[in-house]
Amino acid sequence: MLTMIGKRLMFAIPSLIGVVIVTFLLTRALPGDPAAYFAGPAASKEAIEQIRKKLGFDKPLIEQFFRYTNDLAHGDFGNSLTTGQPVATEIRNRLPASAELTLLGLVVSVMIAIPLGVLAATRPGSWIDHLCRITTTAGVSLPVFFTGLVLVYVFYFRLGWSPAPLGRLDVFYSAPPSVTGLYLIDALIARDLETFRSALSQLILPAATLAIFSLAPIARMTRASMLAVLASDFVRTARASGLSPSTVIVTYAFRNAMLPVITTLSMVFSFLLGANVLVEKVFAWPGIGSYAVEALISSDFAPVQGFVLTMAVMYVLLNLVIDILYGVIDPRVRLEG
Amino acid sequence: MKRRDFLKSVTGVAAGAMVPAPAIWSAAKADARSETLLIVSESGPNNLDIHGVGTNVPGYEVSWNCYDRLISHEMKSGPGGVPYYDRDKFKPELAEDMNVGDMSVTFKLKKNAKFHDGAPVTAKDVKWSLDRAVSVGGFPTFQMGAGSLTKTEQFVVVDDSTVRIDFAKKDRLTLPDLAVIVPCVVNSELVKKNASEKDPWGLEYTKQQTAGSGAYKVTKWTAGTEVIMERNDAWAGGPLPKVKRVIWRMVPQAGNRRALLERGDADISYDLPNKDFVELKDSGKLNIVSVPYSNGVQYIGMNVKIPPFDNPKVREAVACAIPYQKIMDAVLFGLAKPMFGAAADKATEVAWPQPTKYVTDIAKAKALLAEAGHPNGFETTLSFDLGFAGVNEPLCILVQESLAQIGIKTTINKIPGANWRTELNKKVLPLYTNVFSGWLDYPEYFFIWCYDGKNSIFNTMSYQSKAMDEYIHGAVDAAAIGNTAKYDTDVKGFVDLAFKDIPRIPLYQPYVNVAMQKNVSGYQYWFHRRLDYRTLVKA
Repeated sequence: MLTMIGKRLMFAIPSLIGVVIVTFLLTRALPGDPAAYFAGPAASKEAIEQIRKKLGFDKPLIEQFFRYTNDLAHGDFGNSLTTGQPVATEIRNRLPASAELTLLGLVVSVMIAIPLGVLAATRPGSWIDHLCRITTTAGVSLPVFFTGLVLVYVFYFRLGWSPAPLGRLDVFYSAPPSVTGLYLIDALIARDLETFRSALSQLILPAATLAIFSLAPIARMTRASMLAVLASDFVRTARASGLSPSTVIVTYAFRNAMLPVITTLSMVFSFLLGANVLVEKVFAWPGIGSYAVEALISSDFAPVQGFVLTMAVMYVLLNLVIDILYGVIDPRVRLEG
Repeated sequence: MKRRDFLKSVTGVAAGAMVPAPAIWSAAKADARSETLLIVSESGPNNLDIHGVGTNVPGYEVSWNCYDRLISHEMKSGPGGVPYYDRDKFKPELAEDMNVGDMSVTFKLKKNAKFHDGAPVTAKDVKWSLDRAVSVGGFPTFQMGAGSLTKTEQFVVVDDSTVRIDFAKKDRLTLPDLAVIVPCVVNSELVKKNASEKDPWGLEYTKQQTAGSGAYKVTKWTAGTEVIMERNDAWAGGPLPKVKRVIWRMVPQAGNRRALLERGDADISYDLPNKDFVELKDSGKLNIVSVPYSNGVQYIGMNVKIPPFDNPKVREAVACAIPYQKIMDAVLFGLAKPMFGAAADKATEVAWPQPTKYVTDIAKAKALLAEAGHPNGFETTLSFDLGFAGVNEPLCILVQESLAQIGIKTTINKIPGANWRTELNKKVLPLYTNVFSGWLDYPEYFFIWCYDGKNSIFNTMSYQSKAMDEYIHGAVDAAAIGNTAKYDTDVKGFVDLAFKDIPRIPLYQPYVNVAMQKNVSGYQYWFHRRLDYRTLVKA
């Protein structure tokens, strides 16, 4: 197993090198001149040139590339110009924020979507099947920023149930001592229930927004995959052997239907992590999605490169975990593939 | 723990989080809230030091409040009774005394002035800081240059608490330029300790923390999320500020900033869309202050090097076809000062900005266009900066519609914020809208930037005229020696010429809009248009 993991990681190296080269070239090909942007509103041509020199953008592309890879090898992702901080620190600080939000959103979504999908599959054409169809269609067709704004409007502005959408914590709380970077867990470790409660109440609306959006693919996939498995021979055999319906569905059918669901989950997770920019914007969430987009808007190269690289590494790791999970769920699947 | 108990406690916690969470938990927290000012805005600083490389505008606000300058401005009553900085009156900040000579100015420093770390502010610090401002390059050096402050030799340490600044030449802008944000005084010993060979001015250090003597100091900064500033109780620059702590949070969504204000959670916000400000004003729940930008104008520019805009008749035709009033009503919701439609017999004033005599007159525009040899119009592009799309986009659509009536077909070209200055610098955009405003509120300052033949980046029209240059330099020289009569003639001269040749069509003077809770008072308008926390009061 360990050698398999090692082998898989080795295979990932060429694709990571590819990612480094492509992001470097792509960011350089972006329209926009960071030197002019950061030289300020009253900059002359000379001032812009001075900035360009300071940033090292006056050097030939190949030299910039070697300097960049050399820095990367030393764990230095460069500095962001928009926030003024080292990219590595920023990503380390912001990734947990996005991860906490995405994970919670996903957990909520899974808790609703999988039972919904299973029930819809076991009773096709019934009211629950229609409910499943309606929720998934609605969830996927409402843009996330819209759902987010509606939730803020109703639960914060109108009803006042939810705290102000001001990021991860209320203004007057300070973050718990960082262990995992996930405030909920860190607050529990520090046995600080007040902070836990504040962090959780800040999380509810954005996580709900994400959950509504990600319901659809998971529920649909569960339903489709359950339907296929329920129609297969071994389920018929199990039923014919007189096993109780719950044993048939949970032990035999569901376990076999999990594989495509897990794949979908991993896709949804990695997609949400990078793509919940809009949710982050609406809730002033200090995550990496909004960080990358802001950097892109101001043609700030280093964070964009750092972001893409981090996401690439995450993809590789996530795929590895999923493959291992496959093996656990379905012993027929081996890691060789 | 028993499983049942555990489940109970978990549901309890979850339910607790759902309850209308009262954010105040204890008396201590309630106190903290009343002594704390919560500001929400779209974006935050990228650097706490204005001398840094590429410090953005929110960074200026930190510098203004956390560092002191030798001198600052007095206040006067401005438009609508809002306290407004007085361009002509200076007050001491770090200096206790200012002595202006013929070719130099001498400052005596306050004896009790101390940096945040307790070190006294000395003449050496002042010299080092000014040396730094003229040496680091980029914007700070450029701004210093605008007041003829360019060489380190100009700053002389007389004794421990006396500094002399020698004038390179007579320039009316030298003193005002010492009161802008850039010439701030930095704790030189502290910064030098944290400087390196590669970074002799310690810019990396001051980027992350404030090292000044100002009324506030940054205690926590999370880039892109929040800045927390605490009052410096030993501040010597003026009366002790009332607000103990300032929390400045970045809330990217304009709708949420408005909701936070309306629910009473945020105390101040100042970059909401005009429509929101008008609605908030009408609702009467908040204090709304609107003040025109000093020395700032939004305009339609035409590149006079690109035909057919090289023909003054074409430019005049465009000026007659701009839907001025529609822009005021539909784009700005009245929150701007019109810079058009002055009465035909109104004499030119010695002031800037001032309105042109142009009004929307499609028939006249058509006639002018025919006269210029384009009876059927022509095709061109109309560009704008997407960074300010909220105003620029509807404005350009209205202009496009109106120009179509005289046969000018325009394609709208949206340029991303990061790219805007690069494009302006190339000077290839034929027709565009843009805004310019100068920190120093002097007509000639605006014209040097925007109309002078040396063709700076803000002379976006590539306009070059001998007569214009003569007027501008005449005014600069007259101001330096105090020749008012000559100054007045020259200012009127360049304003008249700018309106006659009309390479850029002034539209309006934008407003700075600030929304505050009813219990917040003490707002003052400054040339930099950012907040000055030192005078704000939260009742």
